[in-house]
Amino acid sequence: MIDLGSIIPEATLLALTCGVLLIDVYRGQGSNAVTFWAAIISVLVVLSQMAVYFPDGSTIVFSGAIKLDAMGTVLKAFVLVLVLLSFFYARDYFDKKREQVSEYYILSLFATIGMLVLISANSLLTVYLGLELLSLSLYSMVAMRRDSPASAEAAMKYFILGALASGMLLYGISILYGVSGTLRLDELVTHTDVTGPERTLMVFGLVFVIVGIAFKLGVVPFHMWLPDVYHGAATPVTLFIGTAPKIAAFAMAIRLLADGLQGLAEEWAAMLIILSVLSMGIGNVVAIAQTNIKRMLAYSTIAHMGFMLLGIITARNSGYAASMFYVIVYALMSMGAFGTVILLSRQITEADDIVDFSGLSTRSPWFGFIMLVLMFSMAGVPPFAGFWAKWYVLKEVIAAGHVWLAGLAVFFSIIGAYYYLRIVKVMYFDPANDSRPLEASEDMKLVLSVNGLAIFAVGILPGALMSICVIVTIPYSG
Amino acid sequence: MLFDLSMLSLCIWVPIMGGAWVIFAGSRVPASAARKDALLIAIVTLALSLLLWRDFDNGIAAMQFVQRAAWIAPFDIFYHIGIDGIALPLILLTTFTTVLCVLAGWESITDRVNQYMGAFLILEGLMIGVFSSLDAILFYMFWEAMLIPMFLIIGIWGGPQRVYATIKFFLYTFLGSVFMLVALLYLYQQTNDSFAIRDMHEVMLTLPEQKWIFVAFLLAFAVKVPMWPVHTWLPDAHVEAPTGGSVILAAVMLKMGGYGFIRFSLPITPDASASFDGMMIALSLIAVVYIGFVALAQEDMKKLIAYSSISHMGFVTLGFFAAFQIFDNTGDWVDSVMGLEGGMVQMISHGFISAALFLCVGVMYDRLHSRQISDYGGVANTMPKFAAFMMLFAMANVGLPGTSGFVGELLVILSVFKASFWYAFFAGMTLILGAAYTLGMYKRVIFGEVKHAAVNALQDISGRETTILVALAVMVLVLGLWPAPLLDMMHASVEQLVEHLAHSKIP
Repeated sequence: MIDLGSIIPEATLLALTCGVLLIDVYRGQGSNAVTFWAAIISVLVVLSQMAVYFPDGSTIVFSGAIKLDAMGTVLKAFVLVLVLLSFFYARDYFDKKREQVSEYYILSLFATIGMLVLISANSLLTVYLGLELLSLSLYSMVAMRRDSPASAEAAMKYFILGALASGMLLYGISILYGVSGTLRLDELVTHTDVTGPERTLMVFGLVFVIVGIAFKLGVVPFHMWLPDVYHGAATPVTLFIGTAPKIAAFAMAIRLLADGLQGLAEEWAAMLIILSVLSMGIGNVVAIAQTNIKRMLAYSTIAHMGFMLLGIITARNSGYAASMFYVIVYALMSMGAFGTVILLSRQITEADDIVDFSGLSTRSPWFGFIMLVLMFSMAGVPPFAGFWAKWYVLKEVIAAGHVWLAGLAVFFSIIGAYYYLRIVKVMYFDPANDSRPLEASEDMKLVLSVNGLAIFAVGILPGALMSICVIVTIPYSG
Repeated sequence: MLFDLSMLSLCIWVPIMGGAWVIFAGSRVPASAARKDALLIAIVTLALSLLLWRDFDNGIAAMQFVQRAAWIAPFDIFYHIGIDGIALPLILLTTFTTVLCVLAGWESITDRVNQYMGAFLILEGLMIGVFSSLDAILFYMFWEAMLIPMFLIIGIWGGPQRVYATIKFFLYTFLGSVFMLVALLYLYQQTNDSFAIRDMHEVMLTLPEQKWIFVAFLLAFAVKVPMWPVHTWLPDAHVEAPTGGSVILAAVMLKMGGYGFIRFSLPITPDASASFDGMMIALSLIAVVYIGFVALAQEDMKKLIAYSSISHMGFVTLGFFAAFQIFDNTGDWVDSVMGLEGGMVQMISHGFISAALFLCVGVMYDRLHSRQISDYGGVANTMPKFAAFMMLFAMANVGLPGTSGFVGELLVILSVFKASFWYAFFAGMTLILGAAYTLGMYKRVIFGEVKHAAVNALQDISGRETTILVALAVMVLVLGLWPAPLLDMMHASVEQLVEHLAHSKIP
């Protein structure tokens, strides 16, 4: 049954986005503040709908294409919050550059629709639809800096590799459809107990699905696009790509693997273990060699996503909860780190080299401290949120009996600690090579402070967010 | 209110909150105000810890001042603190040393004074938190968080090679700790989802399990002690750290390792400890003898004291891990108790002596900006009062009877004698080696002819410096002449620990 009521948030966002587009077209020359505020209001409206339409239990609606459940709604709410915050960072950046880039907000909103669709997918086609809407918006956002060759190169790479990954995913979907005769994930899962040649065929399809997920998450060996895209894109675009879409990619993994292919858990867990270990290893080691902080954070993302996968590998609800906690905390940390890069940038110059951070603690003790919190949090040092993210995933990995995997993960974390420490070293121990005051608007400073303090607060009292993650993943308990 | 603030909680949170306040409020007030605020907070914390001591009942082996409040409800993690006779002396040492550290940085630190003082206070609170945590995750949180202020103290206010030293320090200790985290999470599974250290003490574990857990703990604690061969971060960290940093590092941070052994390794994995005791004793003796020889060759005073620290900390681990062989030979745990108590006394005593020696080097460094032994000579001519104090501390480091250094070493040597003559023999060599390197340095720095004009211009110690050194001298002498209060404080708890060790945990 087509139940339009069940997709009210997505439909509202689509309508509002079209409205924002029209507003921007007719706003005339000059400031695009009206577009910015219209975009903010759109996100706020949809965010409030999340509270109003909070589902009780999980229901499958829209002819089986959409699944409404608590996990999806919570993830959507976090996506919307992250998008909202990213707008403030972006406005500050574009104001500094004296650019009026309304496309950023509009494309972000389209990407957000894609993420919302992806998160609530219950059909292989819905997954694909959401993923493509998200990806196509991101490709254009990366290409937005028209006059920059690096940006064009990054967009081209991203597009070609992304198209290839989408093709692979579609191929995997077609095989799964061929074996099971259904696109609905809740029906597909009942076919995953097949044996014999059918199972072999299904695992064959699974491989391509994993490729699609791995590309979106950016885990080794499907990570090649990530450093170039993070580096080449304008910083607010990098900030956007590095935050909300990670949560959507997590949801995609849970929908496809846990909702649709739980019966093949043994097979996909084995594949993910390899991807996860490779990501943590290569991500952490290569990050050490970077001199550009955006590239460094790109490799750090690869390592973090590898770590996050460990929770999914346990193939049970408690592990999914741990991964969910990890991905939310990671998105917040990543936003703060890129936000600091934006904070330091100026009209002419970017501040994306590590040396640009030198002496930040004397130039601005407060934002030096915020970045310190973010870096130690990413390294997994208590009392910051990143520690609990790692702790939670490790706890679940050990509970599932993979003690050696936990040992390997912490070993790679030690390597990772080095390059985060290097940022702290540059900020706190090196003299400043630029004594000009920071150029940033007050609201952006406020957002960045709140962002950093949130990492601190979650680090001191992580119980609430953990409880949410535990509760919303209970339906996966069996 | 999230929970009622107990006296012990105040000891943890007063310095942390006070430190944060000094950092944030201090940027608007002159440096002198930040110094005074920090000193006030440190003294208040010392007073609080003395109140703890006053209310502490020596006769009870169990935890006292226990406070337990829900913290992370979904996983049964509690804000669960309490102290016994093993933790209390270390807490008193921490609060006492921090006051000295604040005073030590009074004049020599002129850059970002509020941050320096704040970092020390926060560090103090975190260290007290480590000693009083009864929940493993709370313990780990304090244990790791402690690295952050120390990392900054060495990195910002340290010497020329400070960046190398501090990153090495951080990574070394981080390396050890993360494996401990894995062990704690594993124990959580075995105890049916409890992070209470008490429950971990009681849980049954097979020998292979115990061995793995022991190794994970060993990585964490051996780095902190530090034991040979994972000691190499210490000389670098000590040499580059500012005086206050060296003091807190030697006096308290190294004790975390010993405390970890006594709180985690021994009671949680007694059978593994018994089966690995030969290795632990060997590593301790290598530290005592080999590192003693290494100390002989040092030209840098701070490095020499750093190596001397490693050598002296060897006694601590020796006293702890000889317990099993002593029992095997004597059939009685009495001498094992003596070994453990000796190790504990050695920790406290070394806390005072190493702090004093680092402060003495600091006094000279503040004047001449050199730590090289060869840059001095004849200091006694211009700084007679200082020379007298340093004499006392050098003798204490050697282990002269009447000083605190003697008590711990004697207890350990006496007890390991029951395990093997050769252990006592090698441990006893420290008395010769210690005398050689400590007095050798003392002679070359303090006595002899004045070789450098700069030495002639030295001013003797100021009132502030005298206060610090007198306080330490009193502690060293009191502990040496009358160690009974300290031994009484810990006796019940150590006996209980040894009783626990006597029972195998293999199911």
